[in-house]
Amino acid sequence: MSFITRGFSGRRRERDPRLPPGQTLVSDWPVLSAGPTPAIADDAWEFAIGTENGVHRWNRAQLEALGTEDVTVDIHCVTHWTKLDMPWRGVSLDRLFAEVETTHRFAMVHSFGGYTTNLALDDLLGGKSWIAFEADGAPLTPEHGGPARLLVPHLYFWKSAKWVQGLITMPNDKPGFWEQNGYHLHGDPWREERYG
Amino acid sequence: MTHRAPAWHVATVVDARAETTTARRIQLEVPTWPGNDAGAHLDVRLTAPDGYQATRSYSVASSGAQTRVVLAVDEVPDGEVSPFLVHDLRPGDQIEVHGPLGAFFVWTPSTDAAPVQLIAGGSGVVPLFAMAAAHAESDDAAPFRLLYSVRSPDDTFFAEELMALGGDRFTLDTVYTRRAPWGWPDEPGRLTLDRLRGAVFSAEERPRVYVCGPTPFVEAVAGWLIDAGHEPARIRTERFGGS
Repeated sequence: MSFITRGFSGRRRERDPRLPPGQTLVSDWPVLSAGPTPAIADDAWEFAIGTENGVHRWNRAQLEALGTEDVTVDIHCVTHWTKLDMPWRGVSLDRLFAEVETTHRFAMVHSFGGYTTNLALDDLLGGKSWIAFEADGAPLTPEHGGPARLLVPHLYFWKSAKWVQGLITMPNDKPGFWEQNGYHLHGDPWREERYG
Repeated sequence: MTHRAPAWHVATVVDARAETTTARRIQLEVPTWPGNDAGAHLDVRLTAPDGYQATRSYSVASSGAQTRVVLAVDEVPDGEVSPFLVHDLRPGDQIEVHGPLGAFFVWTPSTDAAPVQLIAGGSGVVPLFAMAAAHAESDDAAPFRLLYSVRSPDDTFFAEELMALGGDRFTLDTVYTRRAPWGWPDEPGRLTLDRLRGAVFSAEERPRVYVCGPTPFVEAVAGWLIDAGHEPARIRTERFGGS
């Protein structure tokens, strides 16, 4: 139950309908990470998918050979900022999973540095997620997850794991790093699934 | 560490006073607050008469199983919420808060004897002050050290409290970046690798490290620590602002 705070009027601007509840527009791009930014050599980077049937690996060239896409999406951070119309370039997870067989319905995404986050395959497939190499027309900088990060723009941005190196499918959902540290298992910004 | 489920609470301002030239210390009484670990944060939500709402996250400067919650809010000059909190909020006002939030960038007493190194840039000292104060009140024997990079004495958060914490178990090292107090031994200037090395536990002592500040500050400090041999997994960071 909300109530009025004496004296508060806020900015008198139109609220953009693309802004989920509790979010504020930003023009810069804040950085949030739980630990130090790892240094990852581009030529050492590869992406792996592990399933009950084995492990698939792609280096950067092999991944891009699957076909890159340019997408413009809105991104929403659980710390209440939203950035609209952001251009990204990457490879759709659909392209990777076309080469993978699994009956599992969930995945744990793993990053250099030990970060993890859990996602349902329903949230990764069907044109909903990418392995991204570029944002705003330039290679991803290390503090924003370069050389590659996951991009899952329809969920809060902690799901878009920086410094991503692979994912392991799993039959049941399990919490990843932030999901074990107070945040929601799913993270839909339109339903304000912020905290667990 | 106990898990305290975050929820919305009604908070009443009991005191609000200048903390620095740009920041204000706000004491809230939150009767339903479940307590919080040192380093946790909360969301503040303000509602205008027409229903417009604005929500922002702030670190909590207090900790423990108490209903008194202390914030120290630095004004973002072109901000929407912080100017209201710094200039307009007064005792008796009510705001909504959601929390406690965050179970990673927190410190709780333990039997881990490893030293704890805190490194703050500017208002990033708020959650680290909460940790140092919680440590002082506990019987946790681990030595604490805080390296605080701040513009000038007038910009120093919790100046008296930090001085009072000094002793066998807590060491404060301050780096003034723009103006130092009269008689201060070092010229004002930005934190450098050399100054950092002289003011933190060494990698050989295997400290747990918490770094909080603006993004470029945290990026630089965390990079120096790793170059100096600190294990990345023992460094926890909290950043604010863009790169």
